[in-house]
Formats: sequence, C-alpha cells, structure tokens
Amino acid sequence: MTDEANTAPSRRALIGWGGAGLALGAAAAGGAAAALSGDADDTQAVADSGAAVPFHGAHQAGIATAVQDRLHFAAFDVTTDDRAELIALLKEWTKAATRMTQGHAVGGGAVSDLAEAPPDDTGEALGLKASRLTLTIGFGPTLFTDKKGKDRFGIADRRPEALIDLPAFPGDNLDPARSDGDLCVQACADDPQVAVHAIRNLARIGMGKVAIRWSQLGFGKTSSTTPDAQTPRNMMGFKDGTRNIAGTDSAALDKHVWVSGKAGPAWLAGGSYLVARRIRMHIETWDRTSLKEQEDVFGRDKGEGAPQGRQREHDAPNLKAMLPTAHVRLAHPDSNGGARILRRGYSFTDGTDGLGRLDAGLFFLAYQHDVRDGFVPVQRRLARTDALNEYIQHVGSALFAVPPGVRDADDWWGRALFS
Amino acid sequence: MRAARTSVVAAISALTTITAVAGCAQKSDAKDSDAIQVTASDSACEVSKTSFPAGHVKFAVENKGSKVTEVYVYAPGDRIVTERENIGPGTSASINAEVKTGSYEIACKPGMKGHGIRQKVSATGKGNPAKRDPKLDKAVAAYRTYAQKQADDTLPAVQKFADAVKKDDLEGAKKLYAPSRIGWERTEPVAESFGDIDPKVDVREDGLEKGQKWTGWHRLEKSLWQTKKITAADHDLADQLIKDLKDWQKRVGTADITPTGMANGAKELLDEVQTGKVTGEEERYSHTDLVDFEGNVEGAETSYKLLKPVAAKNDPELAKELDKQFAAVGKLLDQYREGDGFVSYDTVSESQRKKLSDAVNALAEPLSRLAAAVVTK
Repeated sequence: MTDEANTAPSRRALIGWGGAGLALGAAAAGGAAAALSGDADDTQAVADSGAAVPFHGAHQAGIATAVQDRLHFAAFDVTTDDRAELIALLKEWTKAATRMTQGHAVGGGAVSDLAEAPPDDTGEALGLKASRLTLTIGFGPTLFTDKKGKDRFGIADRRPEALIDLPAFPGDNLDPARSDGDLCVQACADDPQVAVHAIRNLARIGMGKVAIRWSQLGFGKTSSTTPDAQTPRNMMGFKDGTRNIAGTDSAALDKHVWVSGKAGPAWLAGGSYLVARRIRMHIETWDRTSLKEQEDVFGRDKGEGAPQGRQREHDAPNLKAMLPTAHVRLAHPDSNGGARILRRGYSFTDGTDGLGRLDAGLFFLAYQHDVRDGFVPVQRRLARTDALNEYIQHVGSALFAVPPGVRDADDWWGRALFS
Repeated sequence: MRAARTSVVAAISALTTITAVAGCAQKSDAKDSDAIQVTASDSACEVSKTSFPAGHVKFAVENKGSKVTEVYVYAPGDRIVTERENIGPGTSASINAEVKTGSYEIACKPGMKGHGIRQKVSATGKGNPAKRDPKLDKAVAAYRTYAQKQADDTLPAVQKFADAVKKDDLEGAKKLYAPSRIGWERTEPVAESFGDIDPKVDVREDGLEKGQKWTGWHRLEKSLWQTKKITAADHDLADQLIKDLKDWQKRVGTADITPTGMANGAKELLDEVQTGKVTGEEERYSHTDLVDFEGNVEGAETSYKLLKPVAAKNDPELAKELDKQFAAVGKLLDQYREGDGFVSYDTVSESQRKKLSDAVNALAEPLSRLAAAVVTK
C-alpha cells in the first residue's frame, strides 16, 4: 500500500546524512541537532519542523541527540526461552523502528487491504510527522542470567562486567513492579502521540515473546544536550543538570558516555550504560518550603538558575559558596573525581496517589560508559547527604547495557551480542 | 458479557447469511457495475436500487458528507446483518454480503451514532450463495453442531442449578453455578448475537440500562455470594433463566455462521477473557472467573481447530504459532485447577494475573489474524 504517514519535508535533506552517518561518528548519532550549529533557536526550528533523526549510525540515536520534548519508556520481560525467537523479534523490532523513526507506519500500514483483519499499524500516528522520534534499546542484567541464575539465551558469558546489579542506596524504596527488566526501549519525540505510538506498536509486535513489565511517560525534558539552550526546569521549579554533556562534544562523549573497544566486551563497543530511576518528589511539602531553603537545597537561585554566588545559569559554580549538603555541590564532577554522566531525564505526573497528592517527580535517565565510576559513586554520595532527600524518594530502578548503533539496513539491534 | 458490543458473528435468522469481506480481499461475483451505490451525506442516505436479486450483493458506499459515517445493513428487528464503521468524509468503502430473499434496511449514521437515516430495500428471488471452499463449509457445519451441543448440554446443568436455588440450598447452588455457565461461555459470540437473550441471562449489574430489570446468572450470583440469602424472587429468577436459555437453545440452530465469523468469534472470546475474566469483573461475587476463562478459551480453540485445515494451508506459520500459544495458555490454566474446577480468583495475585494477561495477549494477537488466513485465496 502507499504509505500515508507524512515523511519529513525536504528539510531532512539538509540535516540528515543518511548513510554517511558512520563517517561522522558521534555527530551522526546526534542526528538533526548535531548537524546544526547547536544554537537553541536552530534546535527549536528542527523540533518545529517535525524532522526525522537518522536511525542508522555508529551509536544509537536518542543518547547524544538533542533532547526531545516527550518520552515513553518501556521495560520488557522476555517471555520466550527460545533464542531464535528472541533474535527474530529483535530483527523485526529493528525493521519497525527504522520505519517509525522515519515517519512511516509499520508493516502493511494502518489501513490494510483486508477489512476482516486488524491492520498491522495501530494508526494513531497517521498523518503525524516523524517528530524527531528516536528509539533506543537496552539489555538488562536478567537477559544474560535470569533471577534464578539461568542462562536462557546462551549469552551469560557475554554479560559485561560493568552491567552490575545496582547496589541498594540509603533511602531507596523500590517497587519491584517498577524496576528492572530484560529489555528496555526508550522512545523520545517532540510529539507525545508519536512516542506512545512507537512503544505501543513494538509491544504489539512483541506479544508472545516479550511482555511490558513497566512503562513511564515523561514530559518536559529536565536536561538539555544542547548547551546554549536554556536548561529546562524540573517539577520543583529548578534548573538542574545545567552542566550536562553536550551532544556535540565528541571528546566528552568518548570519554564519559561511549563504551570504548578496550573496556570491552567487543559487542558493546560504541554502546553505553543507561540508568533509569523513577524519583518521586514530595511536591506538596516542597511547595511549602521557603525560597531560601529551596535555593540552599539545590545550591542555585531559583529565578535565573545561577549557581549560588554567581550571576548566570551557565557560570562555573563555586562549590564552596554552597552548603556541603547542596545537591549541585554533591553531584558536581569536582566532588566525584571528575565523573560525568549524560542526563536525559523527564518530568512525570501520573495522576494522584490516592492520598490526594500528585504522583509526580523526575524520571531520571543517565548514560555513561561505566556505572561503577559514574552513577553508583555519585548516587552513594547523594543518598547519604543530599539535602534534597527530604523531598524525594527513589521508587523505581533499572540498569541496561545499550548496544552500539545499527549500522545499515542489514544490521539489527543487538546483532553483535548474538553473533 | 461485555456491556455493549457488536458481534462479528452475524446474528441470525433463518433468512439471511452474510459473508462480509473487504472488496479486494476476495474475488467476488458481483461486478462493480452491479454494485448498489450507497451515497451517504450528513442528512441523507441514498441507494441506487431498492430491490436487487438475492445472493452475492456488493454495496459501494461513498461518504459525501462532512462527518465520519457508518453504514449498517439491518434485517427485521434491527438485527445487524453487516456493517462498516469509520467511513471518513470524502472516502469510499465497499461491503460484500450474501443475502437471502427478504426485507432489509440500509442505515447511514453520520457522526456514527443514533438510529441513522434509513432506506428500505429488498432482496428478491432464490439467491445463489457464492461458492466456498468445501473444507470451510465442513468447518461451519461442524461448528454449528458444536454450538448446538453446548446449548443442549447447558440446559440440564442449569436445571440442576435452578433446582438447588428453588430448594433454598445455598451451598448446593453455589457449587452448581459456574458449571451451568460453561456452554454459554464457550459459544459466547454466537450466544451474544441473540441481542434479546444475552441481556436477560448474562448481564452484570454495571451493564444494566435505565429501567432494565436485572435477571439472569449474575443476579443470582449476587444473592448466593453477596447477600447469602435465597428469596422467593430468586426462585422466579431461576425459572426465568431456564426459560430464556431454552429460547437460546431453540435458536442456536438458526444461527448463521461464516468462516470469518468463526475466526473473529474466536478472537472475541479472547477479548472476553482479557477485558472481563483476567480482571475479575465477570464473576465479582463468586470469583469463578477461571471457569469462564477456560470456557472462552475452549470455544476459541474449537473454532480454530475446525478452521485449521484451511488456515494451516494458507498461513502455516500462523497455525504453528496458534498451536503453541493455545498450549501455553492451557498449561498456565492447569496451575490453577482445584478439584473439578479452579481456585477462587480472589486468591490469584496481581503478578499471577499479569502472567495470565500476557499469555492471553500472546494468543489473541495471532488469533486476530486467523480471519485473514481463512479468506486468503
């Protein structure tokens, strides 16, 4: 059938590099945004154009890519024990992801030739643009050895050393039903319907082989990978994550985000590790907190977002001007032996909790080359002394190894792992 | 039952048969020039012919209005013969049907609601049903026999249940309740196609319309498990249930069953499981949901097994997948067997229910492609 979904306009020709992505390394994965000068207006213009981010490249899109506005994140349990079935699914998913990220419907489309059969595509993205949709897959520890220690797919020996079981941190209150997962898919797009459509169709294609374990919708990106842009505010009204790694800073990406060939294992070279934490905020008590305390807790001023004792949002922070328990001070690379992680979190509000309180907070997503000198030491420090702990609680947690990019039409998600 | 639904299994009088397939899915004997043009707008529903020979009929629908519309073909008593929903402004759709001699009404429903704008039409002559694969004819005949047997076997089981109610034997009636429902659950899409019986015997409290008297199995279920008291009113309800089910038993034989109707009926049975049984809504007082669950799955599997000779030829991969997923659901259900029934559903934990739900999804998704495998040439 003819594809009724809109493809991005000719603008794509200006900003997407198609097959040339490989030569451009990290920048290719940065996709649309990386092709531009990186100033905020341009990123906004690309977002408004509904352009497509190239799916193929050395790294998966959705990591260094300029952060989109919306998120639908899903963690899956693999329900089949059949390795061949899992591989077939990953190939099918790759095909569907390639199509959806370029603004096309999956399979035979949303309106099939046969009225008696359900259409392949669920249809709610018909007529919508690609909206910079990226789909990023990750493999959890339980894919390699399940909770009973069983090597279901013959890949136990390929589990990376750095794919640890995250330690318990003080103050954690993790709900098992919102934690872990054999696989994850992060869908980011500027249009929430496009992100939801993508996860919904992957889940449907996967039925019988995988089942959604938990999922999370997110809005209002809380981090930016485009450094000149205004840092978005989190649900507490603060700009957090100002000193994020830029999607265009390939030196920093190579050093802190991408797994190097030397660090191993070979199948993960060019990949990354993703930590996902559902962080519930006690919004109501926070809102009753004096401005001074709020600013002391973060170590920033609320209006401008400048570090305490500085004028502008992007001024280098003077950590000593902050309280020793200030969030920014504790999370800063200088307090953590230079450790930097690429944050890509989103705000969430999932209705209310039955006690009349908003079920809201930050769905923290962070990419790094090794959690053992990234998220783990930073979170240890935060969990112990961060003044913010009075107002937040970590209620969901997962860690995934994120394979490198899909190189071309013959490649598929996780090929190197299963070869 | 679900609160409201349009059954794929066409409902059924001795007078009509339909095989609704999309225009391009099947070679049809009706040429486009023979098609009956249905021109729908926001305020009109014009048909190019009000009388046509019975047999294979094609309706070519064009929506010239500004609203999304749907087109229904009704037999007397507003029984749906076939229908097409979601025909957008400026778009066309075609509906094929096998119709026997008789009177019908074509209804266009701009905005997809209400009584619609209606035109009376009639099918004349003796009708020549389209040639069908004899294997499919065999499947339909076998399914008809199966549906009849389920109704025939239900009556004595319901009689026992009703007798216990009328003897005020609370514990006895509770034991006999779930088994009396199995035949109905196995053939639910056919049973529900009798739009006047279903609301009398299988309606839940939340499904009642304003002014509708609550009767049937679930009303008695509430007395037995919730109020734990059998009253004179319950005696009458038991008699009424027998009477209504005898009506069903009598009419099953006239049910018009088509291969695609069987296939989509199987998928509908899994819908029933997914939306009513897995959630524990269907048997909210008795918690006998797993008995219904098994009945629904058995009915779906029967449809599939009968269609398999054709489906497996057209789509061997699909047949393999369905065999596997039916087995998986069966194995999972086995974990909950107790005595000659199942454990009470309120003892099944949230995470166990999720496993059941995942298994139902894994089966229902390929099952939704069975109809295509039956009509593919």
